[in-house]
Amino acid sequence: MALYKDIIETVRMIDQENLDIRTITMGISLLDCIDSDGERCRQKIYDKITRSAENLVSQGERIETELGIPIVNKRISVTPIALVAGASADSNYVAFAETLDAAAKEVGVNFIGGFSALVPKGFTRGDLRLINSIPEALATTERVCSSINLGSTKAGINMDAVKMMGEITKQTAYLTRDQDSIGCTKLVIFCNAVEDNPFMAGAFHGVGQPDTVLHVGVSGPGVVKVALEKHQDASFDEMAEIIKKTAFKITRAGQLVGRTVADRLKIPFGILDLSLAPTPAIGDSVARILEEMGLEHCGAHGTTAALAMLNDAVKKGGIMASTSVGGLSGAFIPVSEDEGMIETARLGTISLEKLEAMTCVCSVGLDMIAIPGDTPSSTISAIIADEAAIGMVNNKTTAVRLVPVYGKTISDEAEFGGLFGTAPVMAVNPSDSSIFVNRGGKIPAPIHSFKN
Amino acid sequence: MRAVVTVIGKDRTGIIYNVSKILSENNANIEDISQTIMQGIFTMIMLVDLSEISCDFTELKDSMDALSKTIGMSIRIQHEDIFNAMHSI
Repeated sequence: MALYKDIIETVRMIDQENLDIRTITMGISLLDCIDSDGERCRQKIYDKITRSAENLVSQGERIETELGIPIVNKRISVTPIALVAGASADSNYVAFAETLDAAAKEVGVNFIGGFSALVPKGFTRGDLRLINSIPEALATTERVCSSINLGSTKAGINMDAVKMMGEITKQTAYLTRDQDSIGCTKLVIFCNAVEDNPFMAGAFHGVGQPDTVLHVGVSGPGVVKVALEKHQDASFDEMAEIIKKTAFKITRAGQLVGRTVADRLKIPFGILDLSLAPTPAIGDSVARILEEMGLEHCGAHGTTAALAMLNDAVKKGGIMASTSVGGLSGAFIPVSEDEGMIETARLGTISLEKLEAMTCVCSVGLDMIAIPGDTPSSTISAIIADEAAIGMVNNKTTAVRLVPVYGKTISDEAEFGGLFGTAPVMAVNPSDSSIFVNRGGKIPAPIHSFKN
Repeated sequence: MRAVVTVIGKDRTGIIYNVSKILSENNANIEDISQTIMQGIFTMIMLVDLSEISCDFTELKDSMDALSKTIGMSIRIQHEDIFNAMHSI
């Protein structure tokens, strides 16, 4: 039995330091729903999701009660819809998104990811139809999340897709202009996307996954910050050790929840993603951890080194605690979803360029950043290209989730509500990148990808 | 299954009595109990066996939540697995 002080520590982490299970995400393969008739395919999709995830929410709530740890979100990821819908004759896939939305509502999950296409080497007909359907799909549905993987270390970067996704981002922003372009918060553009990520908006169920599987995403920036607060004079190696030990405990809690939910649902347990995922709540911020290391504001010189150490220590603690660590696992640095990051953006002490540098060492990329609504699509594409290049060359996942907020400019703020938070609009470099973006074609895979 | 009951808050009379009453009424057996008072904050931990309980776990938790509101202290009942998972290698 755990010791007295350990029991009190766990209770304190949950009660006061926002330790929670951020998400349990059921991955569902839709490959067996493929049909040449779009309507029939959608019926199969609806039936499979509602059948497979029928008890996901109720079992999640049950385990939440028994273990006394909050499970904030219950979610679903599905096979990239471009692969499933491609066999149908439909030229527009918005109806598929509506089916996913209806299924998500029926089973009571708050997001469903997988309105996705994987295009690092080029497009199928289904990929193109899906991409062109994204703006309308995200404007007409509430819970559907979309992602595109357009590059990888092995394949290089599809620059035609890069160009296209700048335009799609702008169209999505326009179609959801009444809500501060909120559609863009549900669209992630990846390089080196992972197939087992439980976090939204970038989750999809890869083709290498089993039929159904249960992934878990654990968070806990507040717990890490409090642990560091107690050791004000710690050196970097001592801080790394403290973070590792904390990550270990958080991971163990997540693994227990994931395995228990999977057992109850009689499906395999997939991976545990230990990502320090902030929320706009006080005491749940990654930026504040970096500041705790001695930086006046997140974004100050030294932030990248602080984040590199944090990200690495989190992974090491997590890997010691579980053999099933996967997904993205590390630290997320979304701007609008992090109370400390929102403040630093308001103060102007962080820039898009500094955030880009930080993405070289964090677990994902440029995330939840509001930019001026009149930013040209070619500039957005160029930002996507830069970020994809970082991912490709460094063998890591990078992503872009930018919101060009329609009608707003620098010093305005976008309000997305709930977990999505508030985003002060940040400046982009005004120089023109359109000739670069319009070249198209592919950036070849880097030399170190040839490992065979 | 075994669960851990933790009670934290400002010390007052009848805490153990009230918590034990709920456990006893629902046939939960107290296996171990320890308490301390540090700087006026009362902390009690109970290890209870729930294998013979006469109600659903959720009902037991609801009763503890209700008591928590009545006496103004934090009372939690959690499966022991969460503590074992987090604090042992």
